[in-house]
Amino acid sequence: MAVGKEIRTQIGSIKNTQKITRAMEMVAASKMRKTKDRMEATRPYSKKISQIIKHLAYAKPEYQHPFLVEREVKRVGLIVISSDRGLCGGLNSNLFRKVLLQIRDWEQSNIEVDLCAIGNKASGFFSGINANIVGQVVKLGDTPHVEDIIGLIKIMLDAFYDNKIDALYVASNEFVNTMTQAPQLEELLPVKPHDLEEDLSGHWDYLYEPDARAVLDNLLERYIESIVYQGLVENNACEQAARMVAMKSASDNAGNIIDELQLVYNKARQAAITQEISEIVSGAAAV
Amino acid sequence: MAMTLHVDIVSAEAEIFSGLAEMVFAPAEMGEVGIAPRHAPLLSRLNPGEVRVKLSDKESQAFFVSGGILEVQPHVVTVLADTAIRAKDIDEAAALEAKAKAEEALHDNSGKIDYAKAQAQLLEAMMQLRTLDRLRKRNS
Repeated sequence: MAVGKEIRTQIGSIKNTQKITRAMEMVAASKMRKTKDRMEATRPYSKKISQIIKHLAYAKPEYQHPFLVEREVKRVGLIVISSDRGLCGGLNSNLFRKVLLQIRDWEQSNIEVDLCAIGNKASGFFSGINANIVGQVVKLGDTPHVEDIIGLIKIMLDAFYDNKIDALYVASNEFVNTMTQAPQLEELLPVKPHDLEEDLSGHWDYLYEPDARAVLDNLLERYIESIVYQGLVENNACEQAARMVAMKSASDNAGNIIDELQLVYNKARQAAITQEISEIVSGAAAV
Repeated sequence: MAMTLHVDIVSAEAEIFSGLAEMVFAPAEMGEVGIAPRHAPLLSRLNPGEVRVKLSDKESQAFFVSGGILEVQPHVVTVLADTAIRAKDIDEAAALEAKAKAEEALHDNSGKIDYAKAQAQLLEAMMQLRTLDRLRKRNS
């Protein structure tokens, strides 16, 4: 029967699409669990190191590290953390929108921006709009390691040491919960230690081995690295969560379309049968 | 009971140890140090080596670190261990690599154009579906 051939093939192809989106949803769900664990595993380090940074602010070291000194901002560095792959809803676009607004703000106050991109999407997007990209790392996969981003951070830190940039920001998605990811922009340099819960004021200082300068250089660099790494791992968890949600709604939509098409198909089929019967009956009556 | 101090050993990728101990030995850069409770505040870099945590007279645990930072507060010891093997020249090489990649992408982004195109097509397909959906709703 020729009726509804197109509709049948259409239903078939949508069913195939639904299979794919459903598989992607399940993959994303299991990956999300892993990436979330990884995100939690990195928290102790960043918590500890920021605690030490806070202690430091109270320790009144005799040596003032350049990272702790605020200066007039003429040029900023910006590290944008994005996912490598798409099909994760508005995750990357929301982040890029926020970043673009900020860049425009900076431009209006004559501040230039040096950009570092982590992830395919950021590098594609920002090279497309001719942003000044000074470094990029892509294809980090689901298990990024600290050594993958060391180079990129070093570019930025060197620029800060050489007074090429006067502030450093990092943009990434914050994992609120599975349904919500919030884009955020954080200032990394100069380091502004936040308020301390414990009271450590008074005159004291660390003993430094080998000397204050060497230790502080090391510590502050690690601090920046740990924040960026934390952002990267968190963004990974966001990506999987966003993809899971996007694929779930895609599967649901496919289901709706299939239902509707099925209805149309059945109606057409029934109409054809009715027509055929009435033709036969009227033919018989004529004889 | 003997005095104890709280010891945390963490690396950027995981928490390694957290708990109370009587004493900690760590390979500080100027030589191995032993930290007992009420030690003066100290910040030191660590050499690759063994961090030993003495839990009691009989029991102790050892961890290998490939470098890192040691912070001592009177009752808290924190070891920030590096997971990666770090050296100045290795960092430099990594920085150059990241820079080269950015330049390469600027010159040759043929791989990316296809990607963007695919995304545009996908968006188009999505818009089509949405329009169809709307049309269908209006008809029914």
